[in-house]
Amino acid sequence: MDTTHTDMTKANKRKYALEKFSSKLFLVCALLSVFSLVLIVGFVFYKGATPFVSGEYSFINFLFASDWVPSEDKFGIWPMIVASLYATIGALVIGVPVGLFTAIFLAEIAPKSVAKILSPAIQLLAGIPSVLYGVFGLAIIVPFLQNNLGLARGQSLIAVIIVLAIMMLPTIVTVSETAIRAVPKAYREGSLALGASQIGTIFKVIVPAAKSGILAAVVLGLGRAIGETMAVILVAGNALIVPTSLTDSVRPLTTNIALEMGYAAGTHQEMLFATGIVLFSFILILNFVLSKLSKGGQ
Amino acid sequence: MTTILHETTYTQAAPIAMERGYKATKINVDKLNLFYGDKQALFDVSLNIQEKEVTALIGPSGCGKSTFLRTLNRMNDLIEGVRVSGDITVDGENIYTSQDVIKLRTKVGMVFQKPNLFPMSIYDNVAYGPRMQGIKNKKVLDALVEESLRGAAIWDEVKDRLKTSALGLSGGQQQRVCIARAIAMKPDVILMDEPTSALDPISTLKVEELISELKKDYTIVIVTHNMQQAARISDKTAFFLNGEVIEYDETDVIFQTPNDSRTEDYITGRFG
Repeated sequence: MDTTHTDMTKANKRKYALEKFSSKLFLVCALLSVFSLVLIVGFVFYKGATPFVSGEYSFINFLFASDWVPSEDKFGIWPMIVASLYATIGALVIGVPVGLFTAIFLAEIAPKSVAKILSPAIQLLAGIPSVLYGVFGLAIIVPFLQNNLGLARGQSLIAVIIVLAIMMLPTIVTVSETAIRAVPKAYREGSLALGASQIGTIFKVIVPAAKSGILAAVVLGLGRAIGETMAVILVAGNALIVPTSLTDSVRPLTTNIALEMGYAAGTHQEMLFATGIVLFSFILILNFVLSKLSKGGQ
Repeated sequence: MTTILHETTYTQAAPIAMERGYKATKINVDKLNLFYGDKQALFDVSLNIQEKEVTALIGPSGCGKSTFLRTLNRMNDLIEGVRVSGDITVDGENIYTSQDVIKLRTKVGMVFQKPNLFPMSIYDNVAYGPRMQGIKNKKVLDALVEESLRGAAIWDEVKDRLKTSALGLSGGQQQRVCIARAIAMKPDVILMDEPTSALDPISTLKVEELISELKKDYTIVIVTHNMQQAARISDKTAFFLNGEVIEYDETDVIFQTPNDSRTEDYITGRFG
């Protein structure tokens, strides 16, 4: 009797030790990702803030000046900010309605057999490496625009918008579809039982009930669009002008960093980090605004 | 399908009800069979539901009474792979040959087992159905909402908070708003699928009182697991077992002198 009892305690002690160890291990893993975040953000901010903290350059000037000529010590990113904003907004204008309607179709309208094939196909779209989207854009969309709009160069804001819209589709479709499927069946039945049509039910009850999930889908799609670099470099044309039309060649913030970081040094390099700060702030602000919006809706 | 044949079926199903059947037939169900894929859930169900009465459907879980209820406003259409044969007429009109499901559902309203108010205000919930029918005039809607909430005996409890979320109400209040929402459509028939099973005893009592009040204006078909409830509020009772109607008669007859021994066994609690 006694021996069994001691054995039990021993076994339990081992269990407790293992328990303690595992919880520590999980903590370390969790801290690792937080640490990475702090490290990256800290580094980018440290490097990017240097030229402004030293007082040699004005941050306002950096944001709103239109000339970016590193060799002449001119660093203005206004054209890139405008390009990034236009490209992202344009992609949203195309991507959100198409993505949302696709999600509604898959979750509410399509027969199960069709949804079973389409859903995974759309998810696969998310798995395609972004450089391939760029190659596709360069090989198909750019020549198409060039020929049909009579442009000197097909690489343009509209090409960027189209590629980004396609790239954000899988995110928007998948996340909104999940949100729509999560709407209780009881709402659907309640609405139909009141003599509402299927489309009426979708737009008056189901989509409003899935609103916060759909907004989350938009935020994620937005994040993808504004941060996308590789695909954009290939189709943007990378000209340093403030775009005035959809057919202008543009250079968004991301591509500016990617194109020049390889050879930049000194202040030039620090200015590229500062470009990164601006990009990062954009994403933070947009996320914040949309999360406020989705909370307000509940 | 002629009326004569309906009467015949009716006679077979419920001889005594026939004798006393002085009220007009609202819903007639003739040899209804229903299949989920290959599995048959209802077998030759024939029932005749009288106008402005409460008809209770009782039976053990899985006996098909909810499935049957949902055939009456074609809610089973939502489930893939459901097939129906036989005839159901409401006011003499066959609801399965008619293509207008929306019209049917405005005429045959439904209250579900769990309150399923939408995540919007109380007002918008009650006005939802009328708005879907194209009523936009605010005065008309205001009047309709008040009338419906009064009809569901919940007006006094919610009149000061019509614009607040309906999901903030208690379960019993929500269920009565669900009933108000159904009434707002001015239906002829209200189907109720175990409307009190998720409610506490006091709320249940209120809903039962409401049902007795509503039958002056509406034909009510109610599925219930609670036999006392069926005995208290219904005029006729149908006992379902394994997808068949075993017995259909005046509620008093079913509960006091059932013809079929299986009905008696169920009612006295020997199974189910």
